[in-house]
Amino acid sequence: MSSLKFFTNGLLKENPTFVLVLGTCPTLAVTTAAFNGIGMGLATTFVLVFSNMFIALLKNYIPDKVRIAAFIVIIATFVTIVDLLMKAFVPDIYKTLGIFIPLIVVNCIILGRAEAFAQKNEVKSSILDGLGMGIGFTLAITLMGSIREILGSGSIFNIPILAENTKTILLFILPPGAFFTFGYMIAIFNRFKAKYKF
Amino acid sequence: MAKLESSLKNMVLCLLLISMVMSAALGIVYAITKGPIEKTSKQAEIDAIKNVLPSFDNDPTKEAKTIDGLVYYVATQSGEIVGCAVKTYTNKGFAGHFEIMVGFKPDGTIFKTAILDQKETPGLGDKMKTKWKDQFNEKNPTSYKLAVKKDGGDVDAITASTITSRAFCDAVSRAYNGYMNNILNTTNK
Repeated sequence: MSSLKFFTNGLLKENPTFVLVLGTCPTLAVTTAAFNGIGMGLATTFVLVFSNMFIALLKNYIPDKVRIAAFIVIIATFVTIVDLLMKAFVPDIYKTLGIFIPLIVVNCIILGRAEAFAQKNEVKSSILDGLGMGIGFTLAITLMGSIREILGSGSIFNIPILAENTKTILLFILPPGAFFTFGYMIAIFNRFKAKYKF
Repeated sequence: MAKLESSLKNMVLCLLLISMVMSAALGIVYAITKGPIEKTSKQAEIDAIKNVLPSFDNDPTKEAKTIDGLVYYVATQSGEIVGCAVKTYTNKGFAGHFEIMVGFKPDGTIFKTAILDQKETPGLGDKMKTKWKDQFNEKNPTSYKLAVKKDGGDVDAITASTITSRAFCDAVSRAYNGYMNNILNTTNK
């Protein structure tokens, strides 16, 4: 695989949200608005890139039997760093995402990529993989957030696009709407995947 | 190079070293972000006070008083009291606890209200963030009954969110009673 492939892998072919179906907790919970998707996605990307990098760097020094413990310590550190940085510099996004920032620690995408990729590959390809997976995740949840925000609140990125008193489909910003959107997105994604064979 | 063997020594050393390095990194980040975090949370507090009171020129957070879980911020303009912002709460919301800020003029009239922290249902209860809460502006609770119309009060409830509206009234009246008993009576004397 060329190094570009490591990056594009996460965008479509193995998109963490729609193909691997990992990290569904934040996918369902924070996508009530498009902007939340971007915030959550970028925070996860940051953690993913750095944890992949460190795990690839240290892979030969971590004995197999304690690797999960070591990975979690590394991941938790970067999550806490993101948590503190967001609290200090983007308090508004921090407030809306709230509990889901610390919960990035247990996001399966991150440990999954550490297990399946970073511990077997070189540093450079691991960073690219983390970046690709992170951006794939960001795009996917931003898309879901946009759909739910348009249908549920009649706005996108907090900019109203419908007349003020238009009735919106409230269900889409409530929890069941997350499952509907998610299901349809996976179905559409699979359809395209079968058709264009990417 | 080959992987380190999973011997006890290696495992202990590896985890110890990783934990030490990572906690050092966290310590550094904490030290860097401590200042900005305090600043933003203080700024958020001041902004919330500004939202609910007429213009003032002191720093109300310095003389904030906490009585029975409510926080009172007395604001002055060139030494004269222009109002008091009260951080109040209710536990009767549809999702339990939420916090609002209510600004009172010195005579007890509500100036404005603002939502601080809430988890009410998006699209229903959280409509209290919108123009709905403006109906409280310039009302004096001595003549304006802080209860929804369904309960015999003067407040128009949010459609399909009576519980949230009731909770909001509960928070405002808690702030009003606290303000009348604890602040107004002591400053006037």
